[in-house]
Amino acid sequence: MAAYGDPRLSLFGDPSRRAIFELLARHPWSVGELAKQLPITRPAVSQHLRVLKDGGLVFSRSEGTRRVYQIDPAGLGALRAYLDRIWDQALGAYQQAAEAAP
Amino acid sequence: MGDTSTIPAINGATTVRAPIEKAFRVFTTSFNTWWPREFHIGQAEMAEAILEPREGGRWYERGVDGSECDWGRVLAWEPPRRLLITWQINGSWQYDPDPLHASEIEVRFTAEGPERTRVELEHRHLERLVDGQALRDGIGEGGGWSSNLEHFAKAVASQD
Repeated sequence: MAAYGDPRLSLFGDPSRRAIFELLARHPWSVGELAKQLPITRPAVSQHLRVLKDGGLVFSRSEGTRRVYQIDPAGLGALRAYLDRIWDQALGAYQQAAEAAP
Repeated sequence: MGDTSTIPAINGATTVRAPIEKAFRVFTTSFNTWWPREFHIGQAEMAEAILEPREGGRWYERGVDGSECDWGRVLAWEPPRRLLITWQINGSWQYDPDPLHASEIEVRFTAEGPERTRVELEHRHLERLVDGQALRDGIGEGGGWSSNLEHFAKAVASQD
């Protein structure tokens, strides 16, 4: 599970990353095309895409000479990320309750 | 990525300073005392989250308005070592009674000492939850999501 509370590992914790994700949610784009639409550099876009890809929310494919990024259309990565967060918190709450209970 | 036929399981674990019987009891019978209140699917605020303590038991929430929303069923009830339950909330954020669409949550309790229990959880078969056709129908030409899936994204984002 992702370490709870660690902003580097949180998929939507960064506003730029969230903006990239929302653009991809509407249309597939390459790194350069994303950088043109946002006030961030190409290397920063690449970095955010790597995080989103590792989190299972986006994937890339070749389109001729371009590398295009798009979201996972089934949204399964996001579902998993959501549940992962829930269980992380829930287990923490459970541990406290189990130790505090009479 | 291209193969969405399986989603990796979610694994989690914690160690509690409690004997195994108590660890199992708090997880199950006292489920409502620890489950985070904000995690629920019903429209109304949640009054109580209930895990019925038997095989075939319901796992559900009761809202402050008396409404009930099912989350899943108990498949295996094996105190103090094992619990197997389903989570059957689909991509439309609704309970799907079809057992073929059910994800599974297995919780294993292992005594590490008289006052120490390891609790391990695996949430698997998530790919069964998603009704692929319904989702694809909800996706626009540009590859966007149905609004139901945005619920997941917003929920994750709002906790950051």
